[in-house]
Amino acid sequence: MTEMATREGAADESPAAPSQVSGVRIRRSTRSSRLAIAPALIVLAVLAYLPFLFAQDTTNTMVNFFILLVLGMTWNVLAGYAGLVSVGQQAFLGAGAYSVLWLAQQGMDPLAALPVAAVFCGVVAIPVSWLVFRLRGGYFAIGTWAVAEVFALVTIRSSALGGGTGTNLPGLDGYDPVTLGALTYWAALAIAVLTLLGSYLMLRSRVGLALTAVRDDDHAAEGVGVRPAGAKRVVYLLAAIGAGAAGGVLAISQLNVQADNVYGVQWAAYMIFVVLIGGIGTLEGPIIGTIVFFILQQTLASHGAWYLILVGLVAVVMALWSPRGLWGIAERFGVHLFPVGYRVVHPEESQS
Amino acid sequence: MSVPLLSAKGLTVRHGQLTALHGIDLDLAPGEVFAVVGANGAGKSTLLRTLAGLHPPGGRIRLEDVDITGLSPHERVRRGLVMVPEGRRLFRSLSVAENILLGTVCGRRGGWDLDRVLELFPWMRDRRRERVDHLSGGEQQQVAIGRALVANPRVLLLDEISLGLAPVVVRQIYRTLPTLLEGDTSILLVEQDVRQALRAASRFQCLLEGRTTLAGRPGDHTAEEVEAAYFGFAGTATA
Repeated sequence: MTEMATREGAADESPAAPSQVSGVRIRRSTRSSRLAIAPALIVLAVLAYLPFLFAQDTTNTMVNFFILLVLGMTWNVLAGYAGLVSVGQQAFLGAGAYSVLWLAQQGMDPLAALPVAAVFCGVVAIPVSWLVFRLRGGYFAIGTWAVAEVFALVTIRSSALGGGTGTNLPGLDGYDPVTLGALTYWAALAIAVLTLLGSYLMLRSRVGLALTAVRDDDHAAEGVGVRPAGAKRVVYLLAAIGAGAAGGVLAISQLNVQADNVYGVQWAAYMIFVVLIGGIGTLEGPIIGTIVFFILQQTLASHGAWYLILVGLVAVVMALWSPRGLWGIAERFGVHLFPVGYRVVHPEESQS
Repeated sequence: MSVPLLSAKGLTVRHGQLTALHGIDLDLAPGEVFAVVGANGAGKSTLLRTLAGLHPPGGRIRLEDVDITGLSPHERVRRGLVMVPEGRRLFRSLSVAENILLGTVCGRRGGWDLDRVLELFPWMRDRRRERVDHLSGGEQQQVAIGRALVANPRVLLLDEISLGLAPVVVRQIYRTLPTLLEGDTSILLVEQDVRQALRAASRFQCLLEGRTTLAGRPGDHTAEEVEAAYFGFAGTATA
């Protein structure tokens, strides 16, 4: 592995091997990804400046957007790269929200509690992974859902955490609403950017290649020296950390925490929807899927049941027409904004 | 033989009530091609998978005189015990080049790298970005061999590399074996195609229902003896 680790280091294009018999090189970026860097930085700058441009309603909507984006990205890495189709990531969303609540009750600033809550979810994910990794396929999916329900039931039994009716989040009285709205927005944006960057770097590393191998055939992957359980556990922990951070932001943005809301299985449905619509197994997919979901939600929410029927219809049509999602269509034209593959380039190609 | 590169003593493997291997002994010398032959269900693939760490055995396995019986598959790969599995088992969503590079994840440093694999199988140069499920069976087999080679094996375990391939393709793949032996690699191959295996190997062992029925050098036994050991028609002979 040391060779590949070297290749993944500083340079985007580097020799494939020390011997350099014919001088092939490994290239990680694509033309489209290099062209996308400047626009991406501009979009990020505009997003960071948004609280100075728009009213709080807009930033509140964007917070919900980022929460769903984080959940979609982490679920995509789980299901799309590691083959772990979890229906229970809301367990960590809820655990993150309740961790922030508990830390705030102990006197900690809820915003400062966010990273602590995220790490706590990562720690909780370790024993949970030992349990659910004993299951495969559909059993794994149902098992993760059961874990989320157990988390909800245990939480509801705690009167200090508000029991079944939930409770308000303390520790935010010192902020004026506008400042709090802006800080919550920036926290959500930072978590979304960190999740995207973290996913990208991880999938570009040897873990990403190993994960794809494990998803395709875990026994064969084991045969070539990959540790399937280790690779899956790393992803599961990171997904729990991301979901936990999103849950913490959810608690702060709603100013209260209620078990039915944060542990609700609808979160799993949203995650799956945005990933399937956008494109499973691509980093761009959840971004596109979340944008589509929010456009549908914002334009059709007032139509009640029709909104849900249309969302379901879109998912069915996409699954039948374009199983690789909307981004799968773009990929047919060779567009990759976040390429994680390995492209072997001959010297003559480098020169041309 | 001096200290064998790979040795197995008393390997016994059970699948539930069924005993797949009954106390198999095997020694592989440095730089040799050793064939394990036998009919379907003889225990050949179980033997190879056990050596690769994919089945927990009874008995002991030593690599370069170090006991590796308790090591996990990835630790064995790191020590140079690398398998080309039956049926290729390539990763269908990865390209040709990515499948080969995956072999470096746990492999050792050494003379084999992507460049050299592309030299050994020149057709891969133009098709390196294709997904492997677009390749023919023979091409897939070569990708699987390339993936194992970049791990720089001390012992290359080849499981049924002729399975499902046209004879001309099988001959083509077998012609590459001498190149694979360059450096410090030894090959342990498992085959149903006895003729092909015995042509390539310096020593062989025949299995039947998990037991060794014949062992020795190919020239030391008649075709009838090998056939009898392979099918269990007549009394067994031991070299």
